[in-house]
Formats: sequence, C-alpha cells, structure tokens
Amino acid sequence: MPRRTVYEAKVEFVQILDEDGGFDAKLGKGLISDEEVVALYEHMVTCRELDEIAFKLQRSGRMGTFPQNKGQEAAAIGAAHALTKGTDWLVPCYRENAALFMHGLPMHYILLHWMGDERGNQIPDGLYMTPQAIPIGTQMLHAVGLAWAAKYRGEDRIACTFFGDGATSEGDCHEALNFAANLDLPVVFVCQNNGWAISVPAKIQCSAPTIAQRGLAYGMECVQCDGNDIFAMVKVVRDAAELARRSHRPTFIEAVTYRLGDHTTADDARRYRDSAEVEMWKKRDPLIRLRKYLVDRNQWDDEKERSLQADAKEQVAAAVKRAEEIAAPSTTDMFDFLYAQLPDQLRIQRATLRTASLGQDPTQLEGGIEASRQQDIEETVSERPVTKP
Amino acid sequence: MANLTLVQAINLALIQEMEKDDRVIVLGEDVGINGGVFRVTEGLHKRFGPKRVVDTPLAESGIIGASIGLAMAGLRPVPEIQFEGFLAPAYDQLCTHAARMRARTRGALTVPMTVRVPVGGGIHAPELHSDSPAAFYVHQPGLKVVVPATPYDAKGLLISAIRDPDPILFFEPKRLYRAFRQEVPEDEYTVPIGKARVVIPGDEITVISWGAPVVQCVTAIEQSDQSIELIDLRTIYPLDTEAIVNSVRKTGRAVIVHEAPKTAGLGAEVASRIMEHCFLYLEAPIQRVTGFDTVMPYYKLELEYLPEAERIRKAIQEVAAY
Repeated sequence: MPRRTVYEAKVEFVQILDEDGGFDAKLGKGLISDEEVVALYEHMVTCRELDEIAFKLQRSGRMGTFPQNKGQEAAAIGAAHALTKGTDWLVPCYRENAALFMHGLPMHYILLHWMGDERGNQIPDGLYMTPQAIPIGTQMLHAVGLAWAAKYRGEDRIACTFFGDGATSEGDCHEALNFAANLDLPVVFVCQNNGWAISVPAKIQCSAPTIAQRGLAYGMECVQCDGNDIFAMVKVVRDAAELARRSHRPTFIEAVTYRLGDHTTADDARRYRDSAEVEMWKKRDPLIRLRKYLVDRNQWDDEKERSLQADAKEQVAAAVKRAEEIAAPSTTDMFDFLYAQLPDQLRIQRATLRTASLGQDPTQLEGGIEASRQQDIEETVSERPVTKP
Repeated sequence: MANLTLVQAINLALIQEMEKDDRVIVLGEDVGINGGVFRVTEGLHKRFGPKRVVDTPLAESGIIGASIGLAMAGLRPVPEIQFEGFLAPAYDQLCTHAARMRARTRGALTVPMTVRVPVGGGIHAPELHSDSPAAFYVHQPGLKVVVPATPYDAKGLLISAIRDPDPILFFEPKRLYRAFRQEVPEDEYTVPIGKARVVIPGDEITVISWGAPVVQCVTAIEQSDQSIELIDLRTIYPLDTEAIVNSVRKTGRAVIVHEAPKTAGLGAEVASRIMEHCFLYLEAPIQRVTGFDTVMPYYKLELEYLPEAERIRKAIQEVAAY
C-alpha cells in the first residue's frame, strides 16, 4: 500500500492592531465600537494601576505574595469583553484578575484574597466565576464541568478558562481538552503564553512551533493570536464563544503575550531573564499600543490620560482602603464553612479551640457534647450571619 | 422488600435518586452501555439515556475535575472510579478543590458530589485492584467518607450521600458486592451519614470495624464464647465517637479491625478516641487487627494480608484473657 497523508492542518495567527499602529480594517471592522475601545483602555489602565499598588503593598508589608498581571491586560480584558457578563463562566488561574473585574467582581475582593482572607473568594451572587485557582491547570476541568452542566440544562451559557503556557504541561490540561472535545462541550480555552513559568521558558513546556496546535490533537478548533492586541483577542474569543454556543464545540486559543513583571512578588526575574528580551516586550506593551490607536483616531489626548490616571489611582486607593478596613475573619470561620453542617468532632474543636487538648477532656465542654451540639444548633449554619466583604 | 445483593441495592438507590431528581447524573469509565465493570450501573443507560449516564474518556482526574464543575453549577454528579487503585490520579482534584471549595469561597460555591469507588481485596483481582486507601481521604478536611457493609446500608447511605450538600467518597467493598443477599425495602429510605450501627449487641468486648471485614468479625464472634458487641462504623468521616465510647465504657475491652495498613490507619484514631473518653473504663490494651504495613500483596497472598476471622478471633481471645 502506498503511503498517504491522513491528516494535514494549519494553525492561523490573528493580529489586527500591530505594534506599529497598523490596523487590519477588514478583520477589525465593526469589532469593537469606539466608545468600547475607550472603556477597554480605561479598564486596562486601572488594572495596571492595581498591579503597581499591589506590588507596593507587598513590599511595605501590607499584603502577602501577589502575582502581577502587568503586560497581559489585553489578553484577559479582550477575552472578558467577548464573553457575556452575568451568563458565561470565567474559570481563572491566579494571575487573572482583570477579566474578573470586567464581569463584576469588586476590586477589593482580589486585594482581600491576597491579603490572606478567604472572603475575597466569596463570589457575590449573580456572578459566574470561580475563585482564582492556585494549582496549575486544575481549574480547566472545572470549566469542562460547568460548561457540561449548562449544556445539560439547555442554557445559553459557556465557560471560558484561563491558564498559562506552563499549565499545558499538566495532565489536567490534556484531560480537560480531551473531555471538552469528545463530549462536545462549550468551553473556550485561553492559554496566555506569557513566555515564562516562573523561571522556565515556554520551550521547555512545548517544543512544537505553537502551543495552539495542541488543540489539533484533540480535534478541536485552535488559533494563535497576538495576546497584546485587544482587537485580536476580542475577535478570536468571540468566534470561539459563538462556536461554543452554536455547536457546543470547544476552541483552544494561544494568546502570545509576555509577563512584564516577576512571577510573583516573591520572585526576581532578573535571575533568569535577559534584560534585552524584557526591553523588547516593553515596547509591545498592550497599553502603549491601544493608547496610540486611540490617539491616532483623535479619541484620546494627554488631558484624558491625566484624568484617567487620576481616576485609576483614586479607584484603586478606594479598593485598598476598603479591603484594609475589613476586620480579620472570626477564628471560628475556619470551622463554620468547611461543611454545610458541622460534624460533632468539629463542634467540639470549635468549642474548645482555646484549650490545649481540643476537647479530649470532656469536662472542658460545659454540659458535654450534647450541650455543644445544642449551642451549635442555636446558631446554625443557615442562621449564622454571612459577613460579605 | 426484595432480596438483594449489595450491587443490586446500590443499583436500586441510583435508579430511585435519578428518577426523583434530574440533577443526578452518573459518569465514569464503562458505566454506560456496559453497566460498569461490576455491573453496578446496569440498566441505567437504557433507562435514563446517554445524557444522564455518561461514558467519559479514560482519565480519573478528568472525571473528578469535571464532576466538581458539574456540582458547582448545581448538578448532583455521581462519578464512578473503576477501582480504588485508580483513585490516586484524582487525589489532587479531591483534596485541592472538592474538599476546599466551600471553605475557600465561604460557601459561595459548593461541591455536592458522590464519588463511588469499589474498594478492598479478597476477589483475586490484578495488581492495584485490591487496596484500602480510604484513610487518606479521612485525613483531608472537607470530605466525608462512607463505607457500607450490607445491602440495606448501601442503599440508604448512597441515597443520603447523593442528597448531601458536601463531597463524599463512597467506598463499596467489592468483596461484599455479591457475597450475600439481604431484604432491602423497595421504597426509598435513608441511613444517616456519621452514624454507626450495632451489628451484634454484647457486654464483654467491643469489636469495631467497617466495610468487608465486618463479615469476618461476625464469623470470629460466632466462634467466640464471650458476649461481644460488634459495631460497624459505616461512615469513617465523620466518626461516630459516641457509639464507640458508649460501647467501650460498657465492655472495657476493644478490638479494632480494618483492611488498610496498621500504621496511621484509621484504627489509630479510633484507639485514640477510646483513650480520650474511656481511659478509666479500660480493662485491657486496645487491639488492632489490620493489614500489614506492606503494599497489598498480589492475590496468592491476599488472604494472608487481610484481617480474616481467625486472626480476629485470636485478638478477641487475647483481649478477653488480659
């Protein structure tokens, strides 16, 4: 038998607004209205301000470790813009705050979270998002399940999950892609290839020419785009979202971007990154690119920029103030939200948490287990005041 | 009433909960047309269709991770992991997400999921098809762990588990799947999670076990002359401390029996609870009859490893004679 080709494929790269200001009028036509572009730019600047302030908070001991998103604003915000707020699930990794704000998460929640308080993860009612996932790539499977539930119920809802180049090495990433493709689930996979997984370059995660082509192996649509071009991001995510809604088919998107900051405030990227590389990417900063686009079209000027910078500072300062004013959680919180109903042993530990033996000595419990149970029933989980941040 | 095996009782519980609540879906490897490798999901695919009984790709972390998403969206997934030996790939999803989601979101997102897992040795199975890893999950706060030993309890506990608002590992002793039949009500009923059952009442010695060894304990007790109380814990997290304490305060002597290795096994926790609450009542050191601190041997030696009736009987005699 002769040899024959059984499969051939191409992976497209999408860019609409290039770093020199060139704009693909055909692809970009009607994609985002002028007012929306201004709003997106304002959002990007505000998120950059949050990053700068969060960095200073950490350095001055007012906040724990924080992962800056600097340089990746277009990818997150463009994707969030292309999805339906209040309907579609956002399933983020730890570097994704910009998309969450766009879909309604108050900024002080994120600060509160990185200040060590779980209430920052207490997603308000009516918002469709999961808390930032700390383990790498694991959240991608949750997006699969959330999209599956939407399809099961016949809802017009999809799930979009964000992850990095490093996550594509994790088994859960491949299981998520495989599940979504084979079970026909409406998931948009957005890989933010920012070049680095802490100190390990993307080539150690993937030796193929693109990460995008990983989607091919699962029989799903895939595309690579300029992740620092917000127009390209909106285009590819909108196309993917439409496909997901229409046909319950997933898409794998590789957004090529760059982590301008350190991995987190606990990292020093100068140990492993060439400064020339960083300088090159600074010139591709998505904020600079979009500002130039607006200035070129007489949509923006220095005065508006000054005003925006002042507004952003004010908004972030207000969020910081709000987060810092929230009193520390109650010690008993660690018990009260573990189960819907507190098991007996946890009741006892909760009631005797200031003793050395944690209830080993039954006499520590006034009235014994029964009394403790009664006390807990009196302040049941359902009646307990939920202190939202 | 119907005279059912443990497999049939679980099958009936699944059917009844699926009929009652369309949020309940079954997913896993071979659970669909094949009805599961142990036939626990037999007939479900035909009855409820491929939308609610789903053959997934072969990936355990994927099955549990996707189930977490399904549950967070408000469904009640009942994933099956084919054998306990293949539960390890899902450990990450269970412990880093399922167990913590309620706590880390202060209740904004929850994971009402029941993970069914055939467990334990005694059926001459291949390697990694006979382990007893339940205690790993007992040590993870945020999960509940259930191990039924009878068809009646299996049905009632599974219904409770599916209705429970928190993630549950439901370990099914595969040695008992078809070991005996029991009258099981066809109507729905529940058995509460976290409550032990007195299998045999007695006054002189307490034997505490759960899962497949409960049957071995019954045999050992039948061969003993003392008045022995047998407690089947049924749920190993949360533990029914009261049931253990009440019995040991009465008898003053305790034997704990489990399949898993001895060191850091759940028997150590049960013994510690007895020390905390029954110290002045004890007449003899607490005995543990367990698997050894070895990896589970291949099946030519599995009956040497498992706590069989004769080893349990000897422990009872030692405790009685102390």
